Amino acid sequence: MTKSELIQRLAERNPHLYQRDVEKIVTTIFDEITEALARGDRVELRGFGAFSVKRRDARTGRNPRTGESVDVDEKVIPFFKTGKQLRERLNTDE
Amino acid sequence: MTETVTRAQLSEAVYQEVGLSRNESADLVESVLDEIADALASGDMVKISSFGSFAVRSKGERIGRNPKTGEEVPILPRKVLVFRASHVLKSRINERFENGAKG
Repeated sequence: MTKSELIQRLAERNPHLYQRDVEKIVTTIFDEITEALARGDRVELRGFGAFSVKRRDARTGRNPRTGESVDVDEKVIPFFKTGKQLRERLNTDE
Repeated sequence: MTETVTRAQLSEAVYQEVGLSRNESADLVESVLDEIADALASGDMVKISSFGSFAVRSKGERIGRNPKTGEEVPILPRKVLVFRASHVLKSRINERFENGAKG
């Protein structure tokens, strides 16, 4: 399912809404999550999962092809932990 | 300070942006999460452009160990969800480092 298919499905289930509003709803949700992570905040959606950022220290890496050393700056990476309810749902036959 | 964003803030943002009632905004946030969960539960992959993708991966059985007792226990085959962040999301969350400002 892509973002546009998600919008399509929501629009079908909510015929009273304009398609452009459904689009705006989906975009707003992912933008809010992105903004929160950019501030270093955590996003906790009980039953679904939690998004957070983890810090990675600066390190000296190596170009695997040439063996050359490269400095890799400190950075943060996004992390998602699946919520209990969703995790259990993935493991039950529907 | 790290703060925690929940459904309440997402609903509030939808309320501000779209102009539906607060109740309906909250219902729609829930619907979005439900649609994603339904797709994943049916084994489908979910790709949200410029955010990331969620995929279900099947893990085989392996032998684990109870760290406290050292006892070997089988870990049954199971499905796990993996999230891969898009490059857009990764670079967006690293913006504040690039300016060398606050960490």
